[in-house]
Amino acid sequence: MKMTSYALGFGLAVASATAGLTATSADAKPLRWASQGDALTLDPHAQNEGPTSTMISQMYDSLILRDAELKKIPGLATSWSAVEPSVWEFKLREGVTFHEGQPFTADDVVFSFNRALSETSDFKNYVNSIEEVKKVDDFTVRITTKGPNPILPDQITSIRIMDEEWSREHGVEKPQDYASQEETFAVRNTNGTGPFILTQRDPGIETKLKVNDGWWGWGVTDPKTNVTEVTYTPVANASTRVAALLSGEVDYVLDPPLQDLKRIDAQPNLKVEQINQIRTIFYGLDVGADQLRNSSVTGKNPFQDPKVREAMYKAIDVEAIKAKTMRGLSFPAGIITSPGVHGFTEDLDARLPYDVDAARSLLAEAGYPDGFEIHLDCPNNRSNNDEAICQATVGMLAQIGIKANLNARPKSIHFKALQNKESDFYMLGWGVPTLDSHYVFSYLGASDGSWNFTNFSDARLDELTDAMEVETDSAKRDAMIAEAWDILKASNVYLPLHHQVIAWGLNADLELPIVPNDSPALRMAMWK
Amino acid sequence: MLSYVIRRLIQAAIVMLVVAFVSFSMFTFAGDPVNNMVGQEASQEDRELLRERLGLNDPFIVQFGRFVVNAVQGQFGLSYQLQRPVEDLIAERMPATLELVAVSAVLALAVGIPFGVMCGINRDGWFSRTLLTVSLVGVSLPTFVIGIFMIYLFSVTWGLLPSFGRGPTVDLGWWSTGFLTTGGWLALIMPSITLSLFQTTLILRLVRAEMLEVMRTDYIKFGRARGLSNKAINFGHALRNTLVPVITIAGLNIGSLIAFSIITETVFNWPGMGLLFIKAVEFADVPIMAAYLVMVAFVFVVINLVVDLLYFAVDPRLKIDTGAAVGRLS
Repeated sequence: MKMTSYALGFGLAVASATAGLTATSADAKPLRWASQGDALTLDPHAQNEGPTSTMISQMYDSLILRDAELKKIPGLATSWSAVEPSVWEFKLREGVTFHEGQPFTADDVVFSFNRALSETSDFKNYVNSIEEVKKVDDFTVRITTKGPNPILPDQITSIRIMDEEWSREHGVEKPQDYASQEETFAVRNTNGTGPFILTQRDPGIETKLKVNDGWWGWGVTDPKTNVTEVTYTPVANASTRVAALLSGEVDYVLDPPLQDLKRIDAQPNLKVEQINQIRTIFYGLDVGADQLRNSSVTGKNPFQDPKVREAMYKAIDVEAIKAKTMRGLSFPAGIITSPGVHGFTEDLDARLPYDVDAARSLLAEAGYPDGFEIHLDCPNNRSNNDEAICQATVGMLAQIGIKANLNARPKSIHFKALQNKESDFYMLGWGVPTLDSHYVFSYLGASDGSWNFTNFSDARLDELTDAMEVETDSAKRDAMIAEAWDILKASNVYLPLHHQVIAWGLNADLELPIVPNDSPALRMAMWK
Repeated sequence: MLSYVIRRLIQAAIVMLVVAFVSFSMFTFAGDPVNNMVGQEASQEDRELLRERLGLNDPFIVQFGRFVVNAVQGQFGLSYQLQRPVEDLIAERMPATLELVAVSAVLALAVGIPFGVMCGINRDGWFSRTLLTVSLVGVSLPTFVIGIFMIYLFSVTWGLLPSFGRGPTVDLGWWSTGFLTTGGWLALIMPSITLSLFQTTLILRLVRAEMLEVMRTDYIKFGRARGLSNKAINFGHALRNTLVPVITIAGLNIGSLIAFSIITETVFNWPGMGLLFIKAVEFADVPIMAAYLVMVAFVFVVINLVVDLLYFAVDPRLKIDTGAAVGRLS
């Protein structure tokens, strides 16, 4: 009895599979893509993590979207303006429906923001300046902030809008709580307003989407795509990912390893696209400690002497790192943020020259003619070639007598050590999702910045960081940002290395604009 | 027999508890999951709050106690990265791994035993020598090199076989199988060969060595003197007596196939438990790691038990009660 039912099931499955093939093969334009790590969840407010946000943004929209240059464009909001210094008003798009047919209204916006503000949300920090979100009428929403917040529109591009009715129906008014033993409905099911609709979700194995023909944005933000179906497969092993692209089993690989780019580009049916990423790699020096934790120098902290910091800066040959370690795929950096971030200028990005002799004499002037011994902490699975960069740096510092003992560890251990304030000299990479310099100062520059492990403290920089958060006059604000950068750059508590480059491997017939935040918008994909 | 089984079960429970303790205490070195769970913007207070909610601030012994109590009830908590119950995740991934392991084990036995017998009987033939040399490659080349090499040959260069994944699967409700589709079988070829290569050569060499041993014994000579056919001697008498060590090794190796299919699964992106585990290690996803290690220990314990019981079937000498045996000796 059982056997027959399986046999029947099998027969049906085969029949439907073949039927599916014949029905779709004529006009189907599938897009198959792969990357290293799958989305962790499909709940839009549960995990603030790159691959997760990328996947979710194909199905859910925000009030404000970003185009291929990462400029803000109208999303579910058609316009927005500050009606008072601390009140933003959003006019919502009319006639939009969720994938399951529910109409989109102001209630959904109020609900989604409150959800993003709830305790179990991982997006609290984008919205914690918000005092209240209020519905004015069905298609107008006002957001009151605790003080003036000029960059609120940038911050909320990451806040996706869910349907209130659907969320209540499935008991997902709050993002997943780890303390509970159950998985919530929103982890594997979606109901957004976005350009693609989820059809199958096997976490870590395969995710399938189909195009939403009724998406409001076709012809508005982007021309209608001819991609009918999207299949995403996480492929953890880099060589396997490249092999899948070379053998034509996938059309697009988000993260091919740097050493394989030439090989991919050499194939007539494949191409490589490159752009600088909004992510800068640098070293941090702890100038706050009275004495370094692991050093031959005791009783004082050599990093507190600006000459030592300058000497270390000048001893690093970043062009050699670019040529040898990064295979040409990096942009040497003069500050710790990338082109594309508001406040970045070419002048700021100029580096101190590489000069070993000058570095040696600076070190001698500082009282360390024979150098000293320190520890360098690095991640080995976070940024492109991170461990190799650190190894190269160890050799370069040795030229001026500084013996750095390399401590390369997985990121889950590296970041823990940083947060426990256990590192004197460390590597860090920093991206800027809001695309505004304030983000960098508030985390890395201000004396209370939660990722400022240099313990650098400058009263004027703190003052500027607070002021630029609420300044609404853009000329005044730009002047503040410029002054703040000058202070941070001159201090050399961070030794900038380079802006990371991202490279995608694609089928030559696939048009997909590469974006500096490494988050492909499949609505822009087009088969030639 | 019954007391033997009960004694074995008690030993197994102790082994499980020790494994759980050792693996659980290792997780303190795996790093901080909280950093991976929240975005870089999260404040120190948020991190602290999450740590508290997860119970990571409790003393080690409290955390371990809670883990054991839940594990006994079959609950391993919620995965930190995927926010889903770990037992569901493992149940979802288990068919992929078990199907791969089953095919590899069958392959290893079906190839290893006959060729081993052949090499044992005909030890100086050119075929045996070639086979032994080739089998050396199988033992010494690391799995991932073989895997990548096969991918480049069969997928990239010739385009014959899929380079990754399980191919189309059929969902039977409680088990998703790749055995029922052509694509599923094609996808199985390279991973199963890669995974079985080491086991095949191991079994081949073991059977060969045992055969050489047995062929020298008196009862084989006696059999020949009686004029038994070569087939009856080689497969009926000689092979049967080589099987005890082969069963032990093959049994334990099925355990290691399950436990250490991690590398093969990573190379071929085979969506099994090994791939799940590797991701969990990178993320410091303690619930998955703990559940996986306990499960692997469980598999080994069960296989050991089964192997011990199989001895009874194969080796008649063990059927004599140990107590009686001692009595007779004295």
